[in-house]
Amino acid sequence: MDGIRSWFDYLSSRTDLVVETLLQTLTYVVSVTVAASIVSISVGVLTRHNPFAKELSLSIASVFLTIPSLALFTIFIPIVGLGFTPSFIAMFLYALLPILRNTVAGLDSVDSSVMESAKGMGLTPRQVLFRVQLPLAWPIILAGIRVSALLTVGISAIATLVAGGGLGDFIKSGLARLPLPNSLEAIWTGVILSLALALAVDLVLRTIGRFSNPSGVRS
Amino acid sequence: MNLNPQDPPQEEKSVTTPKISLRDVTKTYSGVDTPAVKDLNLDIASGEILVLVGPSGCGKSTTLRLINRMIEPSAGEIIFDGEDVTNSDPNELRRRMGYVIQQVGLFPHRTIAENIAIVPKSLKWPKDKIRARVDELLELTGMDPNVYRDRYPKELSGGQAQRVGVARALGAEPDVLLMDEPFGAIDPITRFNLQNEFLRLQSELKKTIVFVTHDIDEAVKMGDRIAILRDQSEIAQLDTPEAILTNPADIFVEDFLGAGAVLKTLTLRRLNDIQLVHAPTITERTNRSEAAAQLRQSDFPFAVLLDDSRRPIAWVNQADLDSSDPLASNSRRIPVKLEPEDTLQEALSVMLQTSAGMSAVVDSTGQYLGTCTIQSLAELLTEPPVDGDSL
Repeated sequence: MDGIRSWFDYLSSRTDLVVETLLQTLTYVVSVTVAASIVSISVGVLTRHNPFAKELSLSIASVFLTIPSLALFTIFIPIVGLGFTPSFIAMFLYALLPILRNTVAGLDSVDSSVMESAKGMGLTPRQVLFRVQLPLAWPIILAGIRVSALLTVGISAIATLVAGGGLGDFIKSGLARLPLPNSLEAIWTGVILSLALALAVDLVLRTIGRFSNPSGVRS
Repeated sequence: MNLNPQDPPQEEKSVTTPKISLRDVTKTYSGVDTPAVKDLNLDIASGEILVLVGPSGCGKSTTLRLINRMIEPSAGEIIFDGEDVTNSDPNELRRRMGYVIQQVGLFPHRTIAENIAIVPKSLKWPKDKIRARVDELLELTGMDPNVYRDRYPKELSGGQAQRVGVARALGAEPDVLLMDEPFGAIDPITRFNLQNEFLRLQSELKKTIVFVTHDIDEAVKMGDRIAILRDQSEIAQLDTPEAILTNPADIFVEDFLGAGAVLKTLTLRRLNDIQLVHAPTITERTNRSEAAAQLRQSDFPFAVLLDDSRRPIAWVNQADLDSSDPLASNSRRIPVKLEPEDTLQEALSVMLQTSAGMSAVVDSTGQYLGTCTIQSLAELLTEPPVDGDSL
């Protein structure tokens, strides 16, 4: 009980800092998820008729995900300096694969008879894509976006190591001062707020899904 | 109308100009030496159902898909309504031809009404016209619009889905329907019903239909003409079902028809086509000894017992007439009455079910018209088909 009370004291004496870092992390999550969604969905759509390009783009996105996060955050510092930019690039590269893979899977999952009848009724390739294929693939694509968003919440804690800010600041400072007073409270702050943010992001994306997934497709 | 001197030549033209023509059409897939379809020439007349039938891999589906250019021909021409459409906009061409496939392919994220409205919508029909058309098509295909309009495809059975598939293909009133094994994935009973309903629909709509199937029975039932195809979509025989069944062109066609070809002709002929015979008729009030004498003089083993409204009730033989039991109580009752529109196959199956070996034919009000016997069927089958049926 003492722990919890002292954590609340810690939190309430630093609301400005808490709000600021929370907003930094949220900025990462939103900008990274939006950018990665645009790029991944576009790549998935453009390569849908080209198995080679499709496999190649999936392989490249997979390679990004295998690079240790610490390395990926620091790799771009010589080019773009410290702060937001290297963090954004690293998280963007991480976020590509889940969305790209689900875009490819979603587009492929559309029943071939549906595609055949769409074409047979004289829908143009564009109409087939926007009226049939993308709406039917959307629930799967959105699931990929959710994974990427949650992934971004998690690894955004590392941005603090390249002076990128965010909730990782609390964890880093807490770890650095560990036996000293308030160090545990700082770590908790970082962890618990990240967790809360992840839940909130997930809830928002689920709600988007509920309203945007085509009716008649999933029960 | 007929007084107009310009009419006769026009009429003649509409008979002789095919709705769709394939001219020397060849399809070769890249990396394959032998063409899938080779130098195919095919004319499809306006308002007919032309069935393409053949063993798997003969290229019948490919041929169908060449017509709406789902597959682009490697060589040759496709003429539609007298116009060369080989190089026109394929999407525009497809909107003018309804397309029905075995797996239906309804859009699962659209309601039934939205599915049927797809082509009218891409042709930019006004909204209220589309709505009226959707309801009309649902009714036409035997689906209550109020029940099904706003449902989603996953709520439909296979048979219902294909009804909607047909309705959707008819959406923008195309003159032509291309159907690729439309009833192939449907259980036999539902298929039977859908075939009959579709034929009834066609007798009103008079569309030009190209129908692909691998089932010769379905081909015989549905086709005004049948093209039997062998490898590379080569036409082994193209004729009316009667002509093909009674006079197969070669051994390939004979093998493909199978042993039951003669029996299949029964599904094509109707009781209208045969001369009914007239067994003696009696009622409960007829004097029995007179009736017995009449029956003895005739060639028939049975007389027909009619009720007061001349509806047939039972077959009565000499022994029944000699006894004093009520005639209607004997075991040779006539449970199924045939009408002149019924096929000879149905007549045969009724005959085989009753011990009398005859079947009674009635008119639409149930009154007795005459009798069909095994002998009259046998005579018909051994006769060659009437000339002039085969074009």
